[in-house]
Amino acid sequence: MQGTICQTAGAALFSAESFVGLVFLVTLGMLVTGAFIATTSRRLVRAVSGLALCFTGVAGVYYFLLSPFVAMMQMLIYVGAVSILIAFAIMMSTPEEGEAPGIKNAPLIGPLGFALGGLVFAALSILALKTPWQIFPRQGRGDMKHMGTVLLTSHSMVFELISLVLLIAIIGALVLARRGRN
Amino acid sequence: MNILNLYNCLGTYLVLGAMLMAFGMYGLVTRRTIIGMLISAELILASASMNFMAFNRFTAPNPAMGQIFTLFIMAIAAAEAAIAVSIVIAVYRNYKTIDTEEVIDMRG
Repeated sequence: MQGTICQTAGAALFSAESFVGLVFLVTLGMLVTGAFIATTSRRLVRAVSGLALCFTGVAGVYYFLLSPFVAMMQMLIYVGAVSILIAFAIMMSTPEEGEAPGIKNAPLIGPLGFALGGLVFAALSILALKTPWQIFPRQGRGDMKHMGTVLLTSHSMVFELISLVLLIAIIGALVLARRGRN
Repeated sequence: MNILNLYNCLGTYLVLGAMLMAFGMYGLVTRRTIIGMLISAELILASASMNFMAFNRFTAPNPAMGQIFTLFIMAIAAAEAAIAVSIVIAVYRNYKTIDTEEVIDMRG
């Protein structure tokens, strides 16, 4: 398979490396199962649980990509905050479980959506596996110290802007949710 | 290619990102409630950050850049989720439903 970059050759069976590979497969399974539940389950509460499972899997994958800090942030922000926020939204907005049974989807939506997803998946996968990716020599170690230095020197403007965006988002969310309340 | 060595290959992570993207687009098309669409949008954002992290690990010259970009994506996603949830609550207060078919007279 040309274009696939693999860092090391395969290790022997029953070694520490193969155990790591097994853990990676478990993480992968969590991710795929969670994404499947999140998109196909009829009840929204189950979909949110699937989303949390999927994000836990994504955090594990980030750990395998040598960035434990981003993995921790993924757990804190996505699993701990965003999923819980969506769960609260479900509790506050749907008196009955799941989607209303009265209205049916248009009959073609399911197959069309499946075809769209399948096409996107196939196209992106072929593109990812066929492209001869270029490896550049690395500068810096990519650990937390290096990240903090880059974040506060060459990216300090973006850092300030993102905090401004978050502030505006919080105020906007408060205003939107407050309106209409007597 | 050994299946237990998958975690050392760039292609694995890219295919994983493509899969998350496909799931997100499928959900975005088929879901009928606003919250379901929000969940799918979160999956699409996760696929984008997974791609950034994969290239950051395997090819990028500066190994901090992809991680920082992923942190920014997380911040944007959190802001987006907060806004979307407050919109859901405002819509529910006015329409008593979050079904996208029933709130189409919102088009202005």
